[in-house]
Amino acid sequence: MSFQTDNKLIKWFDDRLPLVTVMHHTFVQHPYPRNLNFAYQFGSILGVMLTLQIVTGIVLAMHYTAHTSMAFDSVEHIMRDVNYGWLLRYMHANGASMFFIAVYLHMFRGLYYGSYKAPREMIWMIGVVILLVMMATGFMGYVLPWGQMSFWGATVITNLFSALPIVGDPIVTWLWGGFAVDNPTLNRFFSLHYLLPFVIFGLVFLHLVALHQKGSTNPLGIEIKGPADYISFHPYFTVKDFFGFAVFGTVFAVFVFWFPNYLGHADNYIPADPLVTPAHIVPEWYFLPFYAILRAVPDKLMGVLAMFAAIGVLFILPWLDRSRVRSAAFRPQYKWFFWIFALDCVVLGYVGSQPAEGLMLVISRIATIYYFAHFLILMPVLGWFERPKPLPTSIAEAVLAGKTSTSEGEKA
Amino acid sequence: MSAASHGEDGVERRDFLVITAGAFVGVGAVGLVWPFVDQMNPSADVLALSSTEVDISAIEPGQSITVSWRGKPVFIRRRTEAEIEAATAVDLSDLPDPETDDVRHKEGKAEWLVLVGICTHLGCVPLGFQGEYDGWFCPCHGSHYDTSGRIRKGPAPTNLEVPEYDFVTDTQIKIG
Repeated sequence: MSFQTDNKLIKWFDDRLPLVTVMHHTFVQHPYPRNLNFAYQFGSILGVMLTLQIVTGIVLAMHYTAHTSMAFDSVEHIMRDVNYGWLLRYMHANGASMFFIAVYLHMFRGLYYGSYKAPREMIWMIGVVILLVMMATGFMGYVLPWGQMSFWGATVITNLFSALPIVGDPIVTWLWGGFAVDNPTLNRFFSLHYLLPFVIFGLVFLHLVALHQKGSTNPLGIEIKGPADYISFHPYFTVKDFFGFAVFGTVFAVFVFWFPNYLGHADNYIPADPLVTPAHIVPEWYFLPFYAILRAVPDKLMGVLAMFAAIGVLFILPWLDRSRVRSAAFRPQYKWFFWIFALDCVVLGYVGSQPAEGLMLVISRIATIYYFAHFLILMPVLGWFERPKPLPTSIAEAVLAGKTSTSEGEKA
Repeated sequence: MSAASHGEDGVERRDFLVITAGAFVGVGAVGLVWPFVDQMNPSADVLALSSTEVDISAIEPGQSITVSWRGKPVFIRRRTEAEIEAATAVDLSDLPDPETDDVRHKEGKAEWLVLVGICTHLGCVPLGFQGEYDGWFCPCHGSHYDTSGRIRKGPAPTNLEVPEYDFVTDTQIKIG
């Protein structure tokens, strides 16, 4: 059913620029599988979070000064003097964390239900690019307040590139615009931190074009076969998504209003001092698993490569997974390995937050090896050895079969 | 449809849910928008600078100084007898914005004229002791003000504004 109207003005406009038709197709009529559960909530939440980060960020940039001698004070100016500045900054800082929580849950959903498999490889790969750009944006944003963690985080992360043979040192000098992290670094980070969210916006557009090309997966992992299998986006999923916004927004608000600094580090309220490194530096929580992988490898270059490979391996996941069944609901062994992998990521995150010594170092090495083994060994091998459960013939059949047994009594 | 979801007058439970949910979303959205609007209003540190004290003891008759108040120029002019006379002698019907001279200075302080130094036309800073009335002349679009800072000729619609100020002592004034 395409867009219909009797309004002559809208017809005239839409005939020349089909905005209304495209919006109608995207946000009203687009068919989604009728069985999407709450794990499928995070895509729309991420859209809201991206918008919120852009809006709060633009507003904060109106009061922030990107200069080493003024940046820290301008952030305090935002907190104390600017009307609602504390709210806008806490929304932006905690919003970044919520953004990563949502994106990780969104990705685990994809891993569990096999969303990355043919024919949806492009959706997945664009998603991985979005994750990379998000990480760059989050990292550079954390540098802007110019506290101790900002400065030393910037120093450590840019120094990762010094691991590269021959070109390493010139690249680091180029990134810094000097011989240490200093004012030129801060200025370019501010510029790029402002730019990259709009790059993400463009990538999200491509992500959605690819999604609408092949349609959403669903918890059963089988394709839509007929009209009984799908329902339109509006009103069914708009209502569901709004409920999701309310729940997610409540968690977000709890952080913003009651624990605004819980996810940050106290050391970042000390102005940057290029002569003294804090005793224990850790990145923001959303980088911890990758940070743990970096430190698990006892070689500088190999550590850096392992860290980037941890994300790079996601690109080839659609071809590593040899199973023809998408959803973990029908993959009795993969289901377990999925949860072990999720636990492994949490373990990596935890050891990443601890000093890299003794037992923690041993655990981080085991967890790192398991991380790569999951993708490079388990995923291909499981596809051959696993005997999947029989798939239902259609979404409608599976959904209605489930309904009759549970809700028959209530209806009467 | 079961009977439970319908009211007697055909109003459904869903109608109630849609209206209450919509109302909450509306109120919430307006509440969320306000901080984004209000952040552009003057911040606390700007408001804290809203008054300025000036020592005027060194100004001789026939001299004028310009001080900065809230980022704007303020003219403090100690008028000569002749200038005061010229300002009081004017017929009110000759003025585009009729005001007597004595409402433009503090009582008993006719010597002292304190004005916001911004042309009421389009915001330029007029030049002192110039123009046809020897008061102020705005070089941007040719507005002439007299020795009481009243508009006499040119495009400006109103007299130069008198800011809120007080004499703290005879030689000290507080603007704002």
